[in-house]
Amino acid sequence: MSVRVQSEAFDMGAELNAFSAGLEAGAVVSFSGLVRDSGGMAAMEIEHYPGMTEKAIAAIADEAIRRWSLERALVIHRHGRLEVGAPIMMVATAARHRAEAFAAAEFLMDYLKSRAPFWKKEIGTGGESWVAAREADEDALRRW
Amino acid sequence: MIDILYFAWLRERIGHGRERLETTAPTVAALVEELRARDERHALAFADIAALRVAVDQELTDFDAPLKGAREVAFFPPMTGG
Repeated sequence: MSVRVQSEAFDMGAELNAFSAGLEAGAVVSFSGLVRDSGGMAAMEIEHYPGMTEKAIAAIADEAIRRWSLERALVIHRHGRLEVGAPIMMVATAARHRAEAFAAAEFLMDYLKSRAPFWKKEIGTGGESWVAAREADEDALRRW
Repeated sequence: MIDILYFAWLRERIGHGRERLETTAPTVAALVEELRARDERHALAFADIAALRVAVDQELTDFDAPLKGAREVAFFPPMTGG
């Protein structure tokens, strides 16, 4: 399992190639989140809780590995100021079959959304505003 | 002594991200009462704790959690990562 919380940019293709190298699993699923322009937006500022963030993600990834017998899991999440279109984060999972790899990736995403200590602030031409958590994010956890 | 951390809009509302406090509060809820009594900024920040989350020693927990032996308590709005 690999968990990285960083301000630096990362190369999604290079990360996915490195992740997939030498795997015995038959399936790799990856998801990448990019900074979306929600109208008049210049950038996104991502705050996190150093120390807790890594631990919280590691616990979520451990749970995914256990439930779906993953061969590997990867989570990269950035913090700091990110421009529109920039990758914010990616997850990758490797399992024997695609159903497990897809389910584990969705589980990781759902838990990262509302259990890992990150907060997003949209910085636009008209000012700044914190992104509010959605009820649907919390609901998404109930299916697991 | 206990370290108290604030993140996101809670940090902005209080005016800083960290403070140290001597407290005998037995639970998180009791600590919140103490913080509310400090000044108007804290009172406003903690006006609605249903809108907040708490972690004790970097583990998510709830407002009934005991504080005995805790070194770090963090308050923040619901997370919005991913």
